[in-house]
Amino acid sequence: MAAVQEPKKTPIGGYVGFDTIPTQIERKLLRRGFAFNVMLVGATGLGKSTLLNTLFAAHLIDSKGRFKVNEPPRQTTEIAPVTHHIEENGVRLKLTVIDTPGYADLMNNEHCLDPILKYIKDQYAHFLRKELTAARERYITDTRVHCVLFFINPSGQSLKPLDIVALRQLADICNVVPVIAKADSLTLDERAAFKARIKEEIEYHGIKLYPGQLQVPEPLDEYDLQEQALTDAIRARIPFAVVGSERTIVVGGQPVRGRRTKWGGVIEVDNEDHCEFTHLRNFLTRTHLQDLIETTALHYEAFRTRQLLALKENRDSNTSPNK
Amino acid sequence: MSDMRARRGGKKTFLFNMIIVGQAGLGKSTFINTLTNHPTIPKRQCDDPAQCTLEKTVDIQAYTVETDEDGMKMQLTVVDTPGFGDNIDSSTHFNEILSYIEHQYDDVLAEQSKIKRNPKFQDSRIHVLLYFIPPTGHALREIDIELMKRLCGRVNILPCIAKADTLTPKELAAFKKRIMEAIAVNEIQLFDFPYDENEDDDETIQENLELRSLLPFAVVGSDDTLLVNGRTLRARQYPWGIVEVENMKHCDVAQLRSVLLSTHVQELKELTHDVIYEAYRSEKLSQLEGLAEKLAELNMQAQEQQPGSV
Repeated sequence: MAAVQEPKKTPIGGYVGFDTIPTQIERKLLRRGFAFNVMLVGATGLGKSTLLNTLFAAHLIDSKGRFKVNEPPRQTTEIAPVTHHIEENGVRLKLTVIDTPGYADLMNNEHCLDPILKYIKDQYAHFLRKELTAARERYITDTRVHCVLFFINPSGQSLKPLDIVALRQLADICNVVPVIAKADSLTLDERAAFKARIKEEIEYHGIKLYPGQLQVPEPLDEYDLQEQALTDAIRARIPFAVVGSERTIVVGGQPVRGRRTKWGGVIEVDNEDHCEFTHLRNFLTRTHLQDLIETTALHYEAFRTRQLLALKENRDSNTSPNK
Repeated sequence: MSDMRARRGGKKTFLFNMIIVGQAGLGKSTFINTLTNHPTIPKRQCDDPAQCTLEKTVDIQAYTVETDEDGMKMQLTVVDTPGFGDNIDSSTHFNEILSYIEHQYDDVLAEQSKIKRNPKFQDSRIHVLLYFIPPTGHALREIDIELMKRLCGRVNILPCIAKADTLTPKELAAFKKRIMEAIAVNEIQLFDFPYDENEDDDETIQENLELRSLLPFAVVGSDDTLLVNGRTLRARQYPWGIVEVENMKHCDVAQLRSVLLSTHVQELKELTHDVIYEAYRSEKLSQLEGLAEKLAELNMQAQEQQPGSV
């Protein structure tokens, strides 16, 4: 075998032009477009649809709340995916929102999580099948859930037993980002105490939320340190205390997105002193969207490994001499 | 059953029992403290994450406090029901509350049947049930409908919208309307401020109509007081403004307090005694009669099969 030489750093004499690699990649990616799949999980009436529409500044989904008196409550959790093509400055995003109406609607909610877990695993299974096909597609359409926004009721006390079970089971198989819904029902003191309590409980139950602690190989350069600082700040803020609104109200002569309550309180969605909507929006769309997609691949890998090992065991037991 | 009459300077002290039901975190304890203007129910501290989220049964607790509203003195007993509806499977919870309410009727029934009655017997029958609905703005949930349906024949029910300060005026009006429609469709009989066209005077009729139009009551509570325009008030302070609990333009607490602590106390008690308890009593006694008959029948059958024995 020929001896492998250590790669040397060699200076080049003139401009070659391979510094356009990032641009070439960008052009290809822009042409292909991006896909992001987000799932909304939480009890009825927590403002899930409104928040999502506020996040993407468009009426993407309708509230699945029961507004008609004769409509009976749903007996199982329904899975309702809706896909939209949205564009911003030439960047095309295929956004799929998966709503889960019926979750936690009944008196007995023992099985309300099952359809949700099944959907997430089915998308992994679907992707795996496509990967394993002999004649593979060039780009497999990615329907895997990249982020679950988990809506917590603003009780101001503690998480409910169902919340704990749901968070744990979901965080095991995909990225989960919890938010405190309708945060305008809590004063700032109540909000701080509630967040602290939630964080305590999440830690106690060993729930691994996104963003997880990543093992970045030393030494860390300036970029890595910046990224880590940003991620640490986000981790400290979770769960985000949010308020959503598709309506605009006039504040100080300017139209802003917000709510005007019966007693005259005016809550501005984009005002950082009022709620953490902007932090969630920036986190989800401006800084960590790509990372959410990439870490979903890690969850998928874990699923894939389990499935392939199970398949192998099955095959082995079928061809063993004892049979 | 007579009220406990304590002669204090010639004023009569009434006895009034209420039960408050709703999920955790809807501000029930805070509301009671607001209503009684007194830290009646202590704040629920849960510092142990291991305990906080365990599945529990309903932890029924009674607290007694004295109130004086519009010159009407009362010994008010409030029954709190923490844990209601908080389990993954809460379908047994409303039975626990129903049992508690019926148990009080059973005590009275037993007492009434005694030959020698206890003069110091405390009537602990529940005169009104306050049911707290979360401010979703959507429809009533299965648990809301089930509870009110199952209990409306056994106790006067007044539904309330909890933490109502998060709703806009349009949302609140639409929500109230939708809730009352759902209640009508499910044939739930509430305490809806009934009046008699022939017997009551116009003022009373008007008052009751107005109160009926407020149902369900929009409730906001606060354990804290704030200085607002030079006055110390119970209020909640947000970065975007201050909600005054007693302000009728902000919520319905002032009117509800009046109903519960002075204007409709007697009526709620009378309805409980004359109608609800009587119905329970008839049912219970005819059940016992039915059982007695069945027992006699079985005895006869046994005798017929063994003609030798007595």
